[in-house]
Amino acid sequence: MHLERRAQTSRALQLAAPLIAIAFTLAVSSLLVLWAGAPVGQAYALLIEGGFGSRFAWGETLTRATPLILTGLAAAVAFRARLFNIGAEGQLYVGALAAVAVGGLHGGSGFELSPWLLFPLMMVAAALAGALLLLGPALMKSRLGVDEVVTTLLLNFIVLLFVSMMLDGPMKDPTAMGWPQSVALQDALQLGKLIERSRVHTGLLGALVLAVLLWALLKFTTTGFQIRAVGANARASAFAGMPVGWVTVKVALLSGALAGLAGAIEVAGRTGYLTLDMSPGYGYSGIVIAMLAALNPLGVVAAAIFVAGILVGADSMSRAVNVPTYIADVIVSVSLLSMLVATLFAQYRVVFNRRASHAG
Amino acid sequence: MTPALALTGITKRFGSLVANDAISLTLAQGEVLALLGENGAGKSTLVSILFGHYRADEGTVEVFGQPLPPGQPKAALAAGIGMVHQHFTLADNLSVLDNVLLGTEPLWLPFSRRREARAALVDTAQRFGLQVDPDARVAELSVGERQRVEILKALVSVGQRKGARILILDEPTAVLTPAEAESLFATLQQLVAQGLGVIFISHKLDEVLRVSHRIAVLRGGKLVATLPAAEADKAMLAELMVGRRVEMPRREPDAAVPQAEVCTLRGATVRGANGRAVLDGVSLSLHAGEIVAIAGVAGNGQQALAELLFGLRELDAGELMLQGRAMPARASAWMQAGVARIPEDRHAVGVVGDLPVWENAVLERFATPAFSKLGVIKRGAARQHAQSLIERYDVRGTQSAGVDTPTRALSGGNMQKLILGRALMADGEKAPVLIVADQPTWGLDIGAVAYVHRQLLDACAKGSAVLLISEDLDEIFALADRIAVMHHGHLSEAKPAAQWTLTDIGLAMTGEAVHAP
Amino acid sequence: MLAETFDLLLSVPFWVAVLRIATPLILGTLGVLLCERAGVLNLGIEGVMVAGAFAGWLAVYHGAGLWWGVLAAAAVGAAFGLLHGLLTVTLSLSQHVSGLGITLFATSIASYAYRVSFPKVDSPPTIQPFAEMTWLPIPILNAQTPLTLLALLLVPLIGYVLYRTPVGLAVRMVGENPAAAEGQGLSVARVRIGAIVAGSALMGVAGAFLTLAAFNAFYFNMVNGRGWVCVALVVFASWRPGKALLGAVLFALFDALQLRLQQSGSGLFGMAVPYQVYLMLPYLLSIAALIVMARRAAYPQALMKPYRKGER
Repeated sequence: MHLERRAQTSRALQLAAPLIAIAFTLAVSSLLVLWAGAPVGQAYALLIEGGFGSRFAWGETLTRATPLILTGLAAAVAFRARLFNIGAEGQLYVGALAAVAVGGLHGGSGFELSPWLLFPLMMVAAALAGALLLLGPALMKSRLGVDEVVTTLLLNFIVLLFVSMMLDGPMKDPTAMGWPQSVALQDALQLGKLIERSRVHTGLLGALVLAVLLWALLKFTTTGFQIRAVGANARASAFAGMPVGWVTVKVALLSGALAGLAGAIEVAGRTGYLTLDMSPGYGYSGIVIAMLAALNPLGVVAAAIFVAGILVGADSMSRAVNVPTYIADVIVSVSLLSMLVATLFAQYRVVFNRRASHAG
Repeated sequence: MTPALALTGITKRFGSLVANDAISLTLAQGEVLALLGENGAGKSTLVSILFGHYRADEGTVEVFGQPLPPGQPKAALAAGIGMVHQHFTLADNLSVLDNVLLGTEPLWLPFSRRREARAALVDTAQRFGLQVDPDARVAELSVGERQRVEILKALVSVGQRKGARILILDEPTAVLTPAEAESLFATLQQLVAQGLGVIFISHKLDEVLRVSHRIAVLRGGKLVATLPAAEADKAMLAELMVGRRVEMPRREPDAAVPQAEVCTLRGATVRGANGRAVLDGVSLSLHAGEIVAIAGVAGNGQQALAELLFGLRELDAGELMLQGRAMPARASAWMQAGVARIPEDRHAVGVVGDLPVWENAVLERFATPAFSKLGVIKRGAARQHAQSLIERYDVRGTQSAGVDTPTRALSGGNMQKLILGRALMADGEKAPVLIVADQPTWGLDIGAVAYVHRQLLDACAKGSAVLLISEDLDEIFALADRIAVMHHGHLSEAKPAAQWTLTDIGLAMTGEAVHAP
Repeated sequence: MLAETFDLLLSVPFWVAVLRIATPLILGTLGVLLCERAGVLNLGIEGVMVAGAFAGWLAVYHGAGLWWGVLAAAAVGAAFGLLHGLLTVTLSLSQHVSGLGITLFATSIASYAYRVSFPKVDSPPTIQPFAEMTWLPIPILNAQTPLTLLALLLVPLIGYVLYRTPVGLAVRMVGENPAAAEGQGLSVARVRIGAIVAGSALMGVAGAFLTLAAFNAFYFNMVNGRGWVCVALVVFASWRPGKALLGAVLFALFDALQLRLQQSGSGLFGMAVPYQVYLMLPYLLSIAALIVMARRAAYPQALMKPYRKGER
């Protein structure tokens, strides 16, 4: 049996692909729920309710979705240019660290600037930190041919250790009773609430705006064109005169900056201070979200909300019923893989070779 | 005597395309049968069916009277069918012996009989007069040597593999010098003398007439003629292949009137990654309204020369001037200076297959004021440009989606026309200052080849200087005013076409009598 | 400090630690090597190691013998390998995405299974791990568990198979020029999937070493990036088993060194250095190794290029 490319990509299958993927995922996770001894129907109902069923649920989901949109965008733009940035997790943390370093050192270090100036500086610092972190692996790839997957991955571990070191040492909050966390940002530097009586903050608006901007960049601008061309065929782009190395650098800076901003926005909007467990793998989830969205920035928003809802819903479900929260990661990974398979069949068709020698 | 091969009614469809239509053919033992046809005529499909890569939808194959189980390369090999592909199926990082040994022993065996294999290899090589070093790493062999390894791989009896009794060669001389091709023909004579049957696929009419006993012509999937080589001539075969008389554009002799020098290379040297000179002291001058062709087997420095003139490579020594100015190694500078560039590999380098036709149409110039403003692409202008390009240059395959057609959906010929249009239409109606065409008709059918030639000749008539790099001597003699030959990075003097004979060129291609000016 | 280090390098317990740290790296790197030699990048290793660690430990916890635990881990690894093979070879999906998806899937399923099986425990239940091979007369080795011996023996064995047997040649060929293999009657898909399954089984065993020999229980985050280090080590090893052993031992050497430096408290050249710096060193080293080897990498030529039969 082998695959044969269809003459025409099947539109119907292309649109149905996400639905097929979700259906398959639900089937697989039902088995897991059964194994945990919980009633399947009730578990799913709780999951959906927990993620999308109430105002509170939506609040939680949107709050979770905010950093996911940004890491999703970071992955989407990088993968478009075939730069496999697996380091969003690390870039997120350096971004948060930079934001807290610039904005959180009030009253101790004498940054006497007005919050109106300090806040943008915080954000710029975060974006810059994330961008520079990814620049290293990107240059290693274009100059030395070192595969960026492993380098960005290893950097995640290094960054986390670095942040831990900072939080144990120079950036430690002396009033935090021994917990390694940074000094909290003053209120004026934190993001305001977007929706009353929820944790949704204005960072969500920022994320949405960035998604639209990225979409517009890719579709309408010369830079976006370069990114798409280089990602699709670097040799042809080089022949056509595009500065491939420079485009890769631009993409790395953009992707790293987005992930860095994710960290900054989390600190400024949700937590107020930086801890080591601030991100339960947002960087990695961003990759999954980008793939689910087929690398489309607008799709990233939808995928991020979906994944956030699953994560939030699973939390709430596991509190009510005896299903471990890890089911959320299972659901996300299975949807990714089944989504890939489903979209494949929109472009290719399976051909079975009949063993009987029917006319040769 | 039982025919070595007997095909009856072979039909193969790919969707709505009938690649092979009820083809019936025989190959006798000790015979060379040429399979002739244009690209897309169905030769490769037919041969893939023989070899088990594809299954025919209808029809049967008999090898020495025994039916051949379809769709299994293993069965084809066991029946004695060996194939030498156009693109070599050798692993560069492995040795000759490893490459030959592959697939000859069952996979569950915990050891390999290398000594026996080595002996068998050397023995077979001597029997057919082919030289080979079993321990050489394939990456270090020349193209001719690699082809010999491919042939030996098919012929040798090793392990559980019996040597081939039928050898299929797919465009074997595409990558050989005339001398190496001669050597191959001699080998083929040896093979048939020992009773093997040979199928020789080619589109080169001269060779086909020389080397084969019978010729089978395919056109549009059907077998249109089978005739003894002695009864055929080039014009007849061309007409059979295409179905109509083909007027191949030819350069009028003495049409070139010496005009302004457009591009000059003096002592140009380019070094490769290991420090060795890929181009060594090359000197050439190109004039407006003239076509200069560079002949030579691939891998002798043509790529470096092309890259220099595409603006993709730097000189390590020497001079390169365009219209009297030294040029930086920046593609955009060359394009702005009015150089039209046609790369060798249209799929991998010429277009970005995943992008739509209109984006490829402006791939080289999207950042210019004509198609962008303040970093935003002027989609309307770009799409319009693409539309007029498609119409002017007869790019087909865009009926349903127009300029939004994904470029990879275009056929090779149409893709080349798109690339041609993109290069030639860069400056509106003005002909480009210089056209650099690197193997522009490789892999195209005769109709597309004629089209490309016509475009080049027209541009030249309007005053462009044309540099044509080609491995097709027919093409070179049809178009060139002056011809130079490339060998091991050295370029011969560019003499007028009338002063070259085929023998001279052949000698120059192998490095004899190359005059470095 | 130099004298201290010198003393360290000559002490037997130090090398015992080095070999112990190296074992999962040797096994994991050999596993990745097999996959990549066949032309397939397998980023599922991190997840497969977690799943293997869990499966092996679970089997032993439920009463199976230690070697049955190892077998269970290998089987689980092979199963994930089969999945990766189906996705990347049969369906020709992106090798990067499939591998990462499988890492996430395997890790989350193992964690889920653990939580479902042991919902209310605070500290992980322990098992009786492999005993040291004190009966061996060879120093350093006699303080190791049988799995380490297995790892060391696998190096020459895999070398022999790759270079001296027909199946090894087939694996190397599909990683260099799949069309050549197909032309000689081999099924590229079968060989590739076979190599991935075998390699992933090794990765599972690498994980099992952690729960059945190095430690005696399953902890979350116990693999902690070792899988990725193996991916880097394969490049360092130029895809050769002998060099893979060297790379794993070198890496373990530095890892053991930094552990000792941390413990000894004398710091790096006399300066007090936060422990995080020591922990960073192995990862920094891996990146350095990649950079050093980048220029000379003799990549299997068909690595990461999907092969679609019959597509022209």
